[in-house]
Amino acid sequence: MFDHLNVVASIVFVFFFALVTVLGFVASRWKSADLAHITEWGLGGRRFGPWVTWFLLGGDLYTAYTVIAIPAVVYAIGAYGFFAIPYTIIIYPFLYVTLPRLWSVSQRHGYMTASDFVLGRYGHRPLELAVALTGILATMPYIALQLVGLEKVIAALGFSGQGMMSHAPITIAFVILALYTYKSGLRAPAMIAFVKDAMIYIFIIAAIIVIPYELGGFGAIFAAAGKAFDAKIAAGAAATPAVKVAAGLTLLPQQVWPYITLAIGSAMALFMYPHAMTGVLSASSARAIRFNTMTLPAYSLTLGLIALLGLMAIAAGVKVGSPQDAVPQLVLWAFPDWFAGFSFAAIALGALVPAAVMSIGAANTFTRNVWKPFINPQITPHQESVIAKLVSLIVKIGALFVIFFMPTQFALDLQLLGGVWMSQIFPTIIIGLFTRWFSGTALFAGWAVGMLVGTSLSWTATAWVPVHALKWDIPLIGIVDTHLGVAVFNGLTAVTCNVVVAALLSLVIRPTGKDETSPADYLD
Amino acid sequence: MRFLLLVVPCLLALAVPLFNMTSPELFGIPFFYWFQLLLILVSALGIYVADKIGKA
Repeated sequence: MFDHLNVVASIVFVFFFALVTVLGFVASRWKSADLAHITEWGLGGRRFGPWVTWFLLGGDLYTAYTVIAIPAVVYAIGAYGFFAIPYTIIIYPFLYVTLPRLWSVSQRHGYMTASDFVLGRYGHRPLELAVALTGILATMPYIALQLVGLEKVIAALGFSGQGMMSHAPITIAFVILALYTYKSGLRAPAMIAFVKDAMIYIFIIAAIIVIPYELGGFGAIFAAAGKAFDAKIAAGAAATPAVKVAAGLTLLPQQVWPYITLAIGSAMALFMYPHAMTGVLSASSARAIRFNTMTLPAYSLTLGLIALLGLMAIAAGVKVGSPQDAVPQLVLWAFPDWFAGFSFAAIALGALVPAAVMSIGAANTFTRNVWKPFINPQITPHQESVIAKLVSLIVKIGALFVIFFMPTQFALDLQLLGGVWMSQIFPTIIIGLFTRWFSGTALFAGWAVGMLVGTSLSWTATAWVPVHALKWDIPLIGIVDTHLGVAVFNGLTAVTCNVVVAALLSLVIRPTGKDETSPADYLD
Repeated sequence: MRFLLLVVPCLLALAVPLFNMTSPELFGIPFFYWFQLLLILVSALGIYVADKIGKA
């Protein structure tokens, strides 16, 4: 089990893990308040200023899974993996316009979740529940994938085990995480995010200077990667039966529309996730949110540089069975053991911060929008806090079980579908911030259609795939072909159907529910 | 004006055929990569200026 352990790297790794564990527990006294109140436990009392929010949101959105998965795609097929860059470019101007309105109305009415806002705005219980369940459903596999990221770096430390023992390190890490999240609530990931983000920045600055230096400059890296992709395509064509490999330093013509629509669709989904909402609503002012739409791009830049690590791994001659091992192996190749340990700790903490915020976001949503309306409408804020804390534990245990008993591919597929699902609540939330013209019932119908269309488009006999040609075989109708000859991200196709249905039905069904917000509530 | 500062970087980021090429290179980095990385900064600057104009 420990035969091949990299001792120096492991000591550094464990040191940083122990450090943040202490921080996680100490965090309960930070900006101290009554943690038995759900707004304190689950939103840090809405008292996080611009900088704390910056660290928290950065740590929350740019996760360990991202740090592993994006360069993995770049390592495997090149340019296509860079879709994360336009995705993070288009999101911030949009958030600058929309999020301050959401924060303001939420602060005035005490909303803690997206579903709280939906209920207040539309007075429509089924729509509230739809938004809540979509969020919880999409969050569960996302937490499980953070564990995958964690396991990748622990494996790179040289730890190996048989059967259940192979999961021992992540189980220990997750139990510790669960305990301090239970005790300190959102304050724990907010405090740990400072350490984690600083470490990630140090790691990436070192990587972007040291590795190109060792490999003979960026010119040599891109040349080597280009050659490797060409060889891959040639090998695919020579194989029997021939396989068409879509890889390269730039996008192939058939990758352009998937690239564009994946960027748009992912951007629509990201801030609909409960953990993103939790990060936003814990800010102390609309000003803090605007500040973050200008400063969070610093993380996007880091992500872009991390994506390039995939190409550096090719140039360094890193050969791995799974592309997800490319970055850990590159780190071992490029750095002395102690700094490899530091880098792995940075990535591992990058799993803990989002996992904590995700479990809190899901717990807040479950407590406020499932438990309260359907089980105990008379619940007090203190009882809410008790329920939310328990749910945060259950969610984490659930994620561990997913990793233990399900193939990792299942979590990956669900995460991919998660993006498709989350964008289906986009019309309800974002349109709702500006107008009440759409009726709750119509939006609910649109959501149902979008979920159905998005999920069915993603299903194929062999695997779940995120893009589909604009040519459909619809039951009872037959084949419908747009003759555009392009494939687009299913989330975008589905959300288009969603909005069309919601708009048409709104013409017929006019809103009946009570709107408790007024136009002034949306301004700060 | 504020609207343009916010929207133009987004449109540029989505106009993939404009930058789906390797040259011109910058420090050995193909155009496709450095253009998009640069656009992150341009877009953030756009939001900053739009915000300043809005407050004035």
